[in-house]
Amino acid sequence: MTVLIDKNSKIIIQGFTGKMGSFHADEMIKYGSNVVGGVTPGKGGSMHLNLPVFNTVKDAVSETGADASILFVPPAFAADSAMEAADAGIKTCVAIVDGIPSHDMIRIKRYMRRYTKSSKMTLVGPNCAGIISPGKSMLGIMPGHIYKEGRIGIISRSGTLGYEAAQQLKNLNIGVSTSVGIGGDPINGSSFRDIIEKFETDDETDAILMIGEIGGPQEVAAGEFAKENMKKPVIAYIAGLTAPKGRVMGHAGAIVSAYGESAIEKVEILKECGITISKNPSVMGDTVKSVLEKM
Amino acid sequence: MDIHEYQAKKILSDFGVTIPRGGIVYSPENAENKAREIGGSRWVVKAQIHSGARGKAGGIIVCDSPLEVAQATDKLLGKKLVTNQTGPEGKIVNRIYIEEATDIERELYLGLVFDRSSESIMVVASTEGGMSVEEISKEKPESIIRSKIEVAVGMQSFQARELAFGLGIESDLIRRASETIIGCYKAFSELDATMVEVNPLVISKQKQILALDCKMSFDNNAMFRRNQVSELRDKTQEDSKEVFASDRGLNYVSLDGNIGNIINGAGLAMASMDMIKLAGGSPANFLDVGGGATPEKIVKAFKLVTMDEKVKVILVNIFAGINRCDWVAEGIVEALKKIEVNVPLVIRLAGTNVEKGNQILKESKINYIEANTLEDAANKAVAALKK
Repeated sequence: MTVLIDKNSKIIIQGFTGKMGSFHADEMIKYGSNVVGGVTPGKGGSMHLNLPVFNTVKDAVSETGADASILFVPPAFAADSAMEAADAGIKTCVAIVDGIPSHDMIRIKRYMRRYTKSSKMTLVGPNCAGIISPGKSMLGIMPGHIYKEGRIGIISRSGTLGYEAAQQLKNLNIGVSTSVGIGGDPINGSSFRDIIEKFETDDETDAILMIGEIGGPQEVAAGEFAKENMKKPVIAYIAGLTAPKGRVMGHAGAIVSAYGESAIEKVEILKECGITISKNPSVMGDTVKSVLEKM
Repeated sequence: MDIHEYQAKKILSDFGVTIPRGGIVYSPENAENKAREIGGSRWVVKAQIHSGARGKAGGIIVCDSPLEVAQATDKLLGKKLVTNQTGPEGKIVNRIYIEEATDIERELYLGLVFDRSSESIMVVASTEGGMSVEEISKEKPESIIRSKIEVAVGMQSFQARELAFGLGIESDLIRRASETIIGCYKAFSELDATMVEVNPLVISKQKQILALDCKMSFDNNAMFRRNQVSELRDKTQEDSKEVFASDRGLNYVSLDGNIGNIINGAGLAMASMDMIKLAGGSPANFLDVGGGATPEKIVKAFKLVTMDEKVKVILVNIFAGINRCDWVAEGIVEALKKIEVNVPLVIRLAGTNVEKGNQILKESKINYIEANTLEDAANKAVAALKK
């Protein structure tokens, strides 16, 4: 098993016939992902990229047995699409879109409280690169070829910094079991803690690289969880040592507004939780390697 | 997005919060007339800039006659006000708010923010109004009361009442205080705010509950559906380079150093800044051109970074994924045909087709320093500075 997706995951694209949806659907298919169709309201019954288009996610699920979806819809409609996926029984949904209002994200999360833990969809993102299990499936917009198959789990708020890590690992001949981009927004579908917990129980993952940044409580929450509950080693890098307080650094969620949210404070707290810190972004791969050598 | 005090007051008053009588003016004559129109015998002249701590910086003047109001307005208009929040360059005063003075009996604090841990809206209140919330949590943490609001059903009357009683507000005023707190909550939730702060919220000697100073910030991502709020944006209060950037879809933050950055992705940009610092340098800016790093964005980014006179070296760091390095390299070459760069330029490309990308740069005859890793790029940028 791998985290969240595997070779058998049946994927639909929400916002299938748009420019972004078409382009990335094609990239995912080329990578080997099992894309079974897509949804564009009003275009149901037609074909796109040789795959069926449906009006609703419910139709797509009942016709294709889809269990994963990826959203390429404009920010204004993203909350609606995510809730539609949850209601149709999708298990894993990735929201790539950047620019969803925070109030909408809170609405999605409240809506999803109606489901029991076992029937609740895992939402990943928004404002993220998505998920890849190298060699098995890609549910995202990352360049698939930079990920080598292997046994390191990656969780990253940033897209390109996650790529940087995968490339550094590949250069050291270290592979990745699954890489999950949780996104740069202040309110997101899955936190570091949510994903780290999945990696702990995944028998294809040996160690986890967590790439955080300034702002918000999630890195610290994951560190505290790891300290209490995890046997697998966790390596972390936190970006933003030079970021000034109170300013938004590109990602809507990258803003220091309380104690424990600056890079230095996060690093200190994570160290106390027994997490190995990559002291700079150029040695994320080397730090993982040195931890693996000690195992 | 931030707005001015007077704009926030107008919004809150639309949601049932009482504010002192007042009006906005743009000239001393205007101010004198406005004072007479408001009436009474004391007025407060308040410089409108996007910053707190205006009082200490001389931006708030109490006056006893309309003539004094005119003089105070004359003194403040066009001035740059430096507070502990504006940075040394300060912010320009283009608008003055004239308000009737209030006889204050008690000063309270009321703030609403997103709580990222519980993913709900948090109301924070304290009996210690007038101080900043940071000061209150340092000096009088025991005075702080919090209430978490379930956004699906909104704020309930009992929650507002609990806060009002918790602030020690007398029984006769509890109802009005609750309405005030709920008004602030509604403004927050219905207008996609990210912060509402009333500080101080005062009880006057005449037993009125008034918002004496307020601040509101809004979610930039929600401005597409909040036309009336987005119209309140005042670009004169923002860094001119940041305005240039945001108007062109770039994420830019102006910093104090001298190494200009052009990077794709917010996380990679922060990481590159960290590397510059570790190499002994200091970044002049944060600049994320977006994951895609399209040629158009690269041109705009060069334009922006070269506008900054502090910049002595430019560092370009692009991790190309789907957008291949060769395409990004062509974008850089095109950009340098349009924009003159007179400082050393360090370029690090990584990702898809990196060899091809570097080859295009080499063959283009542009004057640059090639770097391979993040560390290499930062070291070379700092070294170029020293030459």
